[in-house]
Amino acid sequence: MDPTEALEEHFRRTVEGEQRIEPRDWMPDAYRATLVRQIAQHAHSEIIGMQPEGNWITRAPSLRRKAILMAKVQDEAGHGLYLYAAAETLGTSRDQLLDLLHRGRQKYSSIFNYPTLTWADVGAIGWLVDGAAITNQIPLCRCSYGPYARAMTRICKEESFHQRQGFELLHTLSHGTAAQLAMAQDAVNRWWWPSLMMFGPPDAESAHGARSAAWRIKRHSNDELRQRFVDMTVPQSEVLGVSLPDPELRWNAERGHYDFGALDWEEFRAVVRGDGPCNRQRLAHRVAAHEEGAWVREAALAYAEKRRREPAA
Amino acid sequence: MTEVEVRTACALRLGDDGLVLSHRLAEWASRAPELEEDVALTNIALDLLGQARTLLTHAGGLEGRGRDENDLAYLREERDFVNCLLVEQENGDFGSTIARQLLWSTYQLGLLEALTRSTDSTLAAVAAKAVKEVAYHRDHALQWTLRLGDGTEESHRRMQAGLDRMWPFTAELFERDGVTAEAVALGIGPDPDGLRPGWDAAVDAVLTEATLRRPADTWAPTGGRRGLHTERFGHLLAEMQHLHRSHPGARW
Repeated sequence: MDPTEALEEHFRRTVEGEQRIEPRDWMPDAYRATLVRQIAQHAHSEIIGMQPEGNWITRAPSLRRKAILMAKVQDEAGHGLYLYAAAETLGTSRDQLLDLLHRGRQKYSSIFNYPTLTWADVGAIGWLVDGAAITNQIPLCRCSYGPYARAMTRICKEESFHQRQGFELLHTLSHGTAAQLAMAQDAVNRWWWPSLMMFGPPDAESAHGARSAAWRIKRHSNDELRQRFVDMTVPQSEVLGVSLPDPELRWNAERGHYDFGALDWEEFRAVVRGDGPCNRQRLAHRVAAHEEGAWVREAALAYAEKRRREPAA
Repeated sequence: MTEVEVRTACALRLGDDGLVLSHRLAEWASRAPELEEDVALTNIALDLLGQARTLLTHAGGLEGRGRDENDLAYLREERDFVNCLLVEQENGDFGSTIARQLLWSTYQLGLLEALTRSTDSTLAAVAAKAVKEVAYHRDHALQWTLRLGDGTEESHRRMQAGLDRMWPFTAELFERDGVTAEAVALGIGPDPDGLRPGWDAAVDAVLTEATLRRPADTWAPTGGRRGLHTERFGHLLAEMQHLHRSHPGARW
């Protein structure tokens, strides 16, 4: 057995034995590239995701809600930090990844290309979007790559809190005035289908599924996770007292799951391609923040360099 | 003024300061120069909002008209807010924001240290907790003032410009009026004159190390404590209050 084959064999045994791969371990280049792509997309989603919710901080309707929303948006910045740090352990710096995001070479979750038009959207994002994200992310806590799995463990704890705050926000609205109930229903109508699209294309069209499964990066298919989310969310909608905008949604006793209508994959592809309602706005906002902050980052480096050159006191 | 009125006014002033500065800092969310600063600025904003909520609740309780923190934040008009002018100034660039943070947090730290000895036990308790938070806010502002002041030519120029812009609004912090005089007499709050030397010394030391020039004391706008604010303050309130006011009596 030549040395590379021995390394590959060791890697395969480690992964199949549900052991963790750590940064200094040998790993196939494609495994590394897949992880960098996936972790970067997740990190970018966290920091772009600050925009739609941040949009409501200055208009939050009570001081308690304002504090909660600020804490949530701050958590997202923190998640971005852990995830960029996890990607750095694979040899790719935060600067490199941000540059790829800014040049449109790496993606973030398409869900954030939808606008937050009313206060209820903050609740719908927490309940549906964070709920879908958790469904996707909980299996990642057992991902074969150690730093990513550990980052996800912490992120999932916070996301679970976010999801409950979204539910509680919507519950308050749906049990409030008629105008508040209408606001909640409208938000759920707009966010339901895009949330289901967060699980990605149907399994038959999923580009990276099989290999990621073999590498223990991905443990369930897109369609399995989508079904799990629907099954979890329908009973919650009943507690909320809002309807879900799908006339075909009904319990199927034979399957033991809810059946649901077909997703509009044309819309999904359009948003992924860059033609969603907010793609251009979100990226322009991010690039502007980065460019307007360049002089600050340069100053911090220059100052650190001056201190480094000073003779020790 | 009765003792209760003085205590109410003191709580309301510091509560409004925190509420308004927290709002301004929160405007940075998703716009900071780097991710670490997004976390830091929001963290500071959250501390200030937490302080403001306790203080506004306290003021509402003392006032005895049944107003809670939200009534005070969302249902007062421009002329009823008694925050100082410094905290309502627009963010500008990161240098302006850091200048405002340095000048404000240095003042607030001195004020809170004195308030830990207040005869108003709620004010004293808020101060005891907040002093730890604001010591961090001040350290954050101090570190950035050094980096920007003594970083690059551009950062030095921007930091000095931010400092020049915010400086005139600091005179108001040390102003004496009926409320501060009564507060001193009743042991509720400190004499603003007594806070000045410590503030001067602390700010001067940072500016010197940061190679920045202390701006001259010329224009000294005032009026915030009497509800006379800058034009942009009305826009801040319009944004902050509109949703709450659009649904009278609703719970959120």
